[in-house]
Amino acid sequence: MANILNEILRHGVRSEPFSWPQADLETWQQALWQRFGRALVIRHVDAGSCNGCELEIHALNAPQYNLTGLGLHFSASPRHADLLLVTGPVSRHMEEALRRTYAALPEPRWVVAVGDCGRDGGVFGKSYACLGGVSQVIPVDVVVAGCPPTPLQLLAGIWRAVTSAKGSTLPRPE
Amino acid sequence: MTSMPPLQTLPGVVPAWQETVSREDLRSLCLTQKEQGARLVSLWGSDEGEENFDLHLALAVQGGLRWLRVSLPAHDPTYPALDDVFANANRLQRATHDLLGLLAQGAAESRPWLRHSAWPADRFPLRKGEDGQVYPPLVREPYPFVTVSGQGVHEIPVGPVHAGIIEPGHFRFSVVGERVLRLDTQLGYTHKGIEKRAESLAPAALIHLAGRVSGDSTVAGAWATAQALESILGRQIPERAEWLRALWLERERLVNHLGDLGYLCNDVGLSAGFSLFWALKETALRTHEKLVGHRYLHDQIQLGGVARALTVSDCQSLREEGVTLEREVHRLQELLQEHAGVQDRYVSTGRVTPELAARLGLVGLAGRASAQAWDLRVSCPTPPYAQAEVRMATRTQGDVAARVAVRFDEVFESLRLIRHFIEYLPSGPSLWNDTPPLRAGVGVGWVEGWRGEVFVALELGAQGQVRRWHPEDVSMSNWPVLEHAVQGNIVPDFPLINKSFNLSYSGQDG
Repeated sequence: MANILNEILRHGVRSEPFSWPQADLETWQQALWQRFGRALVIRHVDAGSCNGCELEIHALNAPQYNLTGLGLHFSASPRHADLLLVTGPVSRHMEEALRRTYAALPEPRWVVAVGDCGRDGGVFGKSYACLGGVSQVIPVDVVVAGCPPTPLQLLAGIWRAVTSAKGSTLPRPE
Repeated sequence: MTSMPPLQTLPGVVPAWQETVSREDLRSLCLTQKEQGARLVSLWGSDEGEENFDLHLALAVQGGLRWLRVSLPAHDPTYPALDDVFANANRLQRATHDLLGLLAQGAAESRPWLRHSAWPADRFPLRKGEDGQVYPPLVREPYPFVTVSGQGVHEIPVGPVHAGIIEPGHFRFSVVGERVLRLDTQLGYTHKGIEKRAESLAPAALIHLAGRVSGDSTVAGAWATAQALESILGRQIPERAEWLRALWLERERLVNHLGDLGYLCNDVGLSAGFSLFWALKETALRTHEKLVGHRYLHDQIQLGGVARALTVSDCQSLREEGVTLEREVHRLQELLQEHAGVQDRYVSTGRVTPELAARLGLVGLAGRASAQAWDLRVSCPTPPYAQAEVRMATRTQGDVAARVAVRFDEVFESLRLIRHFIEYLPSGPSLWNDTPPLRAGVGVGWVEGWRGEVFVALELGAQGQVRRWHPEDVSMSNWPVLEHAVQGNIVPDFPLINKSFNLSYSGQDG
């Protein structure tokens, strides 16, 4: 136990100051507070990805990105989520699961299609096995291209989605 | 009695021989080979036109790969099942039936494997007559899961969408209380039809796709396909390029192992361990971005070499990072070893005995943790590895602790290899100046990725077009072993056991 504490102390705070032009840490927190009155809850669905985009979504959880500090939280259930992060070209075998997961999100809900595959099928294209992009199946608010998009690009996409006009007239929970 | 054409040695860096075998002789040959220690690496099929199909088997034998080719008449595309000889043939046979309609007669199982509802049971997407376009929508057939009956037995269905950020698959647990009696897995959710897609691609695009069969093994996947292509084109790549490919392969192993070790802390509730490992991984990924412009080294492997030649200062920064990583990972290893709670969860959990591993054909990282001493970098080394004298990591316990230990050993060995490759990096070009003209031929690739071996078989037609490309990720052979590893364990240990194997869904679904 003491060893772990020592190790944590030795490393200190690893989160980095957010050096990204659109929004610093405070702006993020304020925007999410005004829109949701709490953290933004994200549900991820892999709709046939090669696992490349998942690597970067995992990387968002590295201490450098201070995800929780920003007010972002990944949820195990779509029923608690505001935003669906979808990767992959949507394999036909995942089509139904993606539809059902989307339907399980309460409204208002946002969808961010991740990666070149999520955008239009990418290298896998459209075929007997792939539908060729997330928007073929469910409405998409923001596309984050890249193979895979970096954690900062993912954050930028999530930011674009939650600061869009959609849902802005909703009363903020007290 | 058919005459047997002689063994044909395939050109290229991987020692491989192709031979034609009659359908009648296939089983006896496989039985003999098995007795002599051969292991099934892959099984697939190809459409050879009006008259026949070919069934292909790749066997790992002493000193290389034996590629068996069996001609099956188009009116009767059947062959004797081999799943009683090689356990991993079970799903390979079923996948080959789903995609091409070649039927293994006498097989233990006839359930579909890759086909859910994207195409009908009587159509086979990999046949040349199929254009790869969309089939009419189908009602999804229920998958006949194996059921267990008895007092107090109930089922827990999990997936395809999981609670965490992971790839999709369905796990059906039959349990009594918390104890798992049986796990039946259904994969194929991420089937993207990559083998059909490959047949419309030029060589450079094929390597690009090969780096996305499993995105976490992009160097291994792309390298194996590049090996196959380069062997068909009949020209070696520059020595420096071989070394740089190996350097990137070890960096890929390093970052994946760091990430897995982090999650193996997370899955036992040690979140500090997760953060410390992931801080290290993230730093290493940023180094990649700085050096080659991509955090995961995608598209570094190119036909004829690598995309970027490293400078002296690039090598220096890799060397310096290596020193830091070595020190930090040693500290974390000690931390985990001394943590009673962590060891309590790791030791004896998800055990695969060496005997079971040998019987089921478990290979790669998980195989080595169950005393299956096979690592292509040692067992069948291609150029830079032969000189580097890789030390293979093995354990005998076959539990989560053993798979963790093998990862630690391999992290340190990769760090040593990276130092070695930088130290003795040959000078010269790192990419072909020109590409030789495309031509017909067959070639193989075989690379020890971080999970285990990635195998590729490739056949080009007369104009150099892709006639058949079949990549095989080690996950195809290792997934069935997970079902055995969880038996008798408690349900909450499943995520931990699953993570300790960390097999690829996309890589096996294709």
